[in-house]
Amino acid sequence: MRRLVLIAVPYLWLLALFLVPFAIVLKISLSDTALSIPPYAPTLDFSAGWEGIRSFFAELDFDNFVWLTQDDLYWKAYLSSLSIALVSTAITLLVGYPIAYGMARAPEEWRPTLMMLVILPFWTSFLIRVYAWMGILSSEGFLNQLLLWVGIVDEPLTILNTNTAVYIGIVYTYLPFMILPIYAALDRLDGSLIEAAEDLGCSRLTAFWLVTIPLSRNGIVAGCFLVFIPALGEFVIPSLLGGSGTLMIGKVLWEEFFSNRDWPVASAVAVVLLLILVIPIVLFQRNQQKQAEADQ
Amino acid sequence: MNRLSWFNTVSLTLGFAFLYIPMIILIVFSFNESKLVTVWAGFSTRWYGELMQNQAFLSAAWVTLKVAVFSSTIATVLGTMAAYVLVRGGRFMGRTLFSGMIYAPLVMPEVITGLSLLLLFIGIGLDRGVLTIVLAHTTFSMCYVSVVVSSRLVTFDRSLEEAALDLGCSPIQAFGLVTLPIIAPAVISGWLLAFTLSLDDLVIASFTSGPSSTTLPIKIFSAVRLGVSPEINALSTIMIGIVTVGVITASLVTKRASIRQRREEQEAARA
Repeated sequence: MRRLVLIAVPYLWLLALFLVPFAIVLKISLSDTALSIPPYAPTLDFSAGWEGIRSFFAELDFDNFVWLTQDDLYWKAYLSSLSIALVSTAITLLVGYPIAYGMARAPEEWRPTLMMLVILPFWTSFLIRVYAWMGILSSEGFLNQLLLWVGIVDEPLTILNTNTAVYIGIVYTYLPFMILPIYAALDRLDGSLIEAAEDLGCSRLTAFWLVTIPLSRNGIVAGCFLVFIPALGEFVIPSLLGGSGTLMIGKVLWEEFFSNRDWPVASAVAVVLLLILVIPIVLFQRNQQKQAEADQ
Repeated sequence: MNRLSWFNTVSLTLGFAFLYIPMIILIVFSFNESKLVTVWAGFSTRWYGELMQNQAFLSAAWVTLKVAVFSSTIATVLGTMAAYVLVRGGRFMGRTLFSGMIYAPLVMPEVITGLSLLLLFIGIGLDRGVLTIVLAHTTFSMCYVSVVVSSRLVTFDRSLEEAALDLGCSPIQAFGLVTLPIIAPAVISGWLLAFTLSLDDLVIASFTSGPSSTTLPIKIFSAVRLGVSPEINALSTIMIGIVTVGVITASLVTKRASIRQRREEQEAARA
């Protein structure tokens, strides 16, 4: 009995506030836009009995999904989200790996402090960290003042409200997610393996390439997924740092819902985004499982 | 070895400079006299004063705090229960679905979580306000809590609990007297995580809040969309300060606790 309560309370909570809402999104994505409150049709009418339910299901269709393929705004937004997420994941890896490597090679007594320095930005408000870049990247911002003063450029660069700013924003905010799993993998790495490789005639670079990188593979994979998955559906970064030309699906969904008030299309956009995300999520899950098995 | 550590020093210095310089610039310019945020015009705490006069920000901060306290507390209770079920529950009907529902919100884009919850609240006719934000925040942060707590429960030595049961504790007493004190650090960090997630959240709160329940991130977001402002810099500095003090205190407390635990274990081993 006690066990039943223990299971039932969180179970029912998640059913009611996670699964049911998602079923509603799915249902509305199959409905049509209507000028009414709520702004979609059909609505389920139980008072009409079975006849009402049957006519409700008869009116559901895939029109919104067909619409997504017809208007090139949507598939362009999906493609550009994918490419922005991929490119920024790659840059984050390139920036994050040397930091994680340096942390793992740092003296033992520094490591807790370095760890805390990586985690601290993660606890700081996401919105504030994105906002901090607005002041740096604007045309009279800190970066342009510096570049002008040094004399690298003659007139201020336009960085804010471009895709470049979006890349910088994603790399900056998700960097701790990349550093931590790679650091965890490198920290566990047995240093004598590298020594053995060097004794056997590997140069330091070859030893790094043939021993260190393959042995930190799980950390790299985990870090990449932890950056890629949230970056794909990102809303705050493209809307604050990106410009009118920055197309990302999270932003499209938001505008579809709040500006156009087209709930069925917004729901269809959400369903497709989730279908795209299923692939990396499943791969990520598998990587984590493999790692857990390897640890045992 | 020298060449390598030179490389490491450079990468660490550049890396941490990249992580921290934007925030340092933000903090420095919050003490700028000028309304123009990019031109330094002398030290001043003027913007902090104006912030304290700004009724809209203060009431939004109050709403945010209320939401964060309630949602993180409920999320901690539910998340700990869920972790217990996942680690100790054994087999039951729909276990796979349950663990799926725990992990899915962690990777779900916020726009989708927000949209789906809003459509639910409208569907059941619940007026949007503080209550709906609390429900929304509890739902996604309980999953984070349960991940944190279950990682502690997995390494927990079960024989301690069994000993308590053998010595005549009821299961609830055994949980309260043995299990809870041991997993307490994980439960507390779960609560802290839920609390910060709630304080930070913009997207889900935007979907689920009503006109009378604007939270601080919503307020900041709408102000920031118009451009950089010294008042927001001041507000950001206060928030960064609170988080920094909190994280450092928390890490000192856990460090001291782990030292004490190690000492107790050594004494127990000696005795």
